[in-house]
Amino acid sequence: MFARLIRILLCLIGVGVIGAVAFYIVTAPSPQPDEHWAGLGDPDLANGERIFWAGGCVSCHAAKGAEGEAQLVLSGGLPLASPFGTFHVPNISPDETAGIGGWTLAQFGNAMTRGVGRNGEHLYPSFPYGSYARMTAKDINDLYGYIRTLPKSTNVAAPHDLPFPFNIRLSLGGWKFLYFTDAPRVTLASADDKVKRGQYLVEGPGHCGECHTPRNALGGFLADQWLAGAPNPEGKGRIPNITPGSKSIGEWSEADIATYLETGFTPDFDSVGGSMVEVQKNMARLPAEDREAIAAYLKAVPARQ
Amino acid sequence: MKLRLIATAAILATFGLGSAFAVGTHEDREAIMKKVGGATGALAAIAKGEKPYDAEAVKAALSTISENAKAFPDQFPPGSETGDKAASPKIWETFDDFKAKSLKLSADADAVLAQLPADAAGVGAALKTLGANCGGCHQVYRIKE
Ligand code: HEC
Ligand code: HEC
Ligand code: HEC
Repeated sequence: MFARLIRILLCLIGVGVIGAVAFYIVTAPSPQPDEHWAGLGDPDLANGERIFWAGGCVSCHAAKGAEGEAQLVLSGGLPLASPFGTFHVPNISPDETAGIGGWTLAQFGNAMTRGVGRNGEHLYPSFPYGSYARMTAKDINDLYGYIRTLPKSTNVAAPHDLPFPFNIRLSLGGWKFLYFTDAPRVTLASADDKVKRGQYLVEGPGHCGECHTPRNALGGFLADQWLAGAPNPEGKGRIPNITPGSKSIGEWSEADIATYLETGFTPDFDSVGGSMVEVQKNMARLPAEDREAIAAYLKAVPARQ
Repeated sequence: MKLRLIATAAILATFGLGSAFAVGTHEDREAIMKKVGGATGALAAIAKGEKPYDAEAVKAALSTISENAKAFPDQFPPGSETGDKAASPKIWETFDDFKAKSLKLSADADAVLAQLPADAAGVGAALKTLGANCGGCHQVYRIKE
C-alpha cells in the first residue's frame, strides 16, 4: 500500500519533471542561426533610416513628449500601461552601458526578430517583435547601422512593474509557443510588387496589426480578424477596422489612405487622433511610394465587418 | 418631470441664462468642428491646386477656423461631461490645457491671416502649421468610435 503510494508519487513527480523539461524545450528562447546575420556587409544608412520610421521606434523609445531632434535620443523610460502591468521602455540609444551600443548585430537582430534579449532571455511582446519577426536580415542590419549613428543617452529606465506571473520571463515561452510566428498574416492570391511591399511594411516593421487586430485574453490575435479593429487599450473608443469592410475607410480610395498617412487628414477633413497621431507622423517621414504601397495592401486584404 | 424641465428652462431663460442649456451637446461640438474641417478642406483644395488660389476664399477659411477654435472651449462647461462619446473625460480633467490648445489653433490662424499667403504653396505651408494643432488635440481629447 505504502510502496504503491510512493510509486504513484514518483510517477507524478516524473510527469511533472518531464512536463517542465518539455515546456522548457518547446518554449526555450530560440535565436536565429548565426549564418542569418553573417556577410551582410556595411549597412545602408539611408535605408536604415527609412526602416526606422516605418518601425516607429521613437513612439516608444524616445522620452515622453519628445519632438523634433529630441526624438532621436532613444533614452527609453516611457511607461506603457497594459492589461498585464506597466512596462518601462528600455534605453536603446548607442550608449555602450545604458543603451545597446555594446550589442552585436546578432544580439540586436535576435531581439528584433525572435524576441530574445542580449542574455538569451525572452522579451515581452509589448515590444512588437511579433511583427518585426518578418523583417529581412538586410533591413535589420541597415536599421542597426542607423541607430548607431544617433545620440547616446545614459538614462536607465525603471524596471517593469508587473504582477506575478507576468514578471516571470520564462512564462513568455508559453505565449511565444502559442502565438509567435513569422509567417505572413494573410495570403494574397495575386499580389503585385506594390502590394507585396505594402504587406511587408504593414505586417513587419509598421506593426499595424498590433493595434488594429483584436486579441484574446492571452494577447494572441483572433484568427480571421486581421486588421478588423479592436477595443482601445487606453480605455474608451475603438481602434478602427482598416480592412476594405470598414465602415469608414472602406469607402476611401487608395489615394485617400495614402494622403491620410501623409497629412493626418481624412477625405472629409477630420483629423487623425489618439495613438494613431504618432504612427501617422512616422509614416509622413516615409517616401510616398511606401505610403502608396501600404494603401494598396490595405485595399487588398480580406474585408472584415 | 418634463414640466419641471420646461419650467427650469423658462426661469433660466428669463434670467438670461438660457445659453447654459444650449451649449455642451455633441451636436453643437460636432457642428463647430465640421466648420473647422470644412475650412481646412477649402485650404487644402487650394494648396493641392484643385481650386485656383483666391485670396478672399483663403481669408474666409482662416477666419472660420480662428473664430470657431476661439469659441470651441465654451462648449465644454463643467457639468457637460456626460452624453458625448466623442469627447474624452480628459477635457474636463485638464481643461486649461484643452482650452490652450484650441486658442493656439485660433492664434495660428490669426497669424496666417496677418500675413496672408500669396499663392498655393504658401497656403500649403500654412496648412501644415494649422494641421499640427488638429492632431495634437485629437490625440489626447477626441475619442473615435
Ligand atoms: C510599442 C512600443 C515599442 C516600439 C514601437 C518599439 N519598442 Fe523596442 N521595446 C519595447 C519594450 C516595452 C521593450 C522591453 C521588452 C522587455 O523588457 O522584454 C523593448 C525592447 C527593445 C529592445 C531590447 C532592449 C533591451 O535592453 O533588452 C530592443 C533592441 C528594441 N526594443 C529595439 C526597438 C527598435 C529598433 C524599434 C523600432 C524598429 C522598437 N524597439 C520599437 C517597446 C517598443
Ligand atoms: C499604437 C496603435 C496603432 C498602430 C501601431 C497603428 N494604428 Fe492606425 N489607428 C490607431 C487609432 C487609435 C486610430 C483612430 C484614430 C483616431 O482616433 O482618429 C487609427 C486609425 C487609422 C486609420 C484611419 C481609420 C479611420 O477609420 O479613420 C488608418 C487608415 C490607419 N489607422 C492605418 C494604420 C496603418 C497603415 C498602420 C501601420 C503603419 C497603423 N494604422 C498602425 C492606432 C494605431
Ligand atoms: C482643442 C482641441 C481640438 C483642436 C485644436 C481640433 N479639434 Fe477637431 N475635435 C475635437 C474634439 C473634442 C472633437 C469631438 C467633438 C465632439 O464632442 O463631438 C473633434 C471632432 C472633430 C471632427 C468631427 C466632427 C464630426 O463630424 O463628428 C472634425 C471633422 C474635426 N474635429 C476636425 C478638426 C480639424 C480639421 C482641426 C484642425 C484644423 C481640428 N479638428 C482641431 C477637438 C479639437
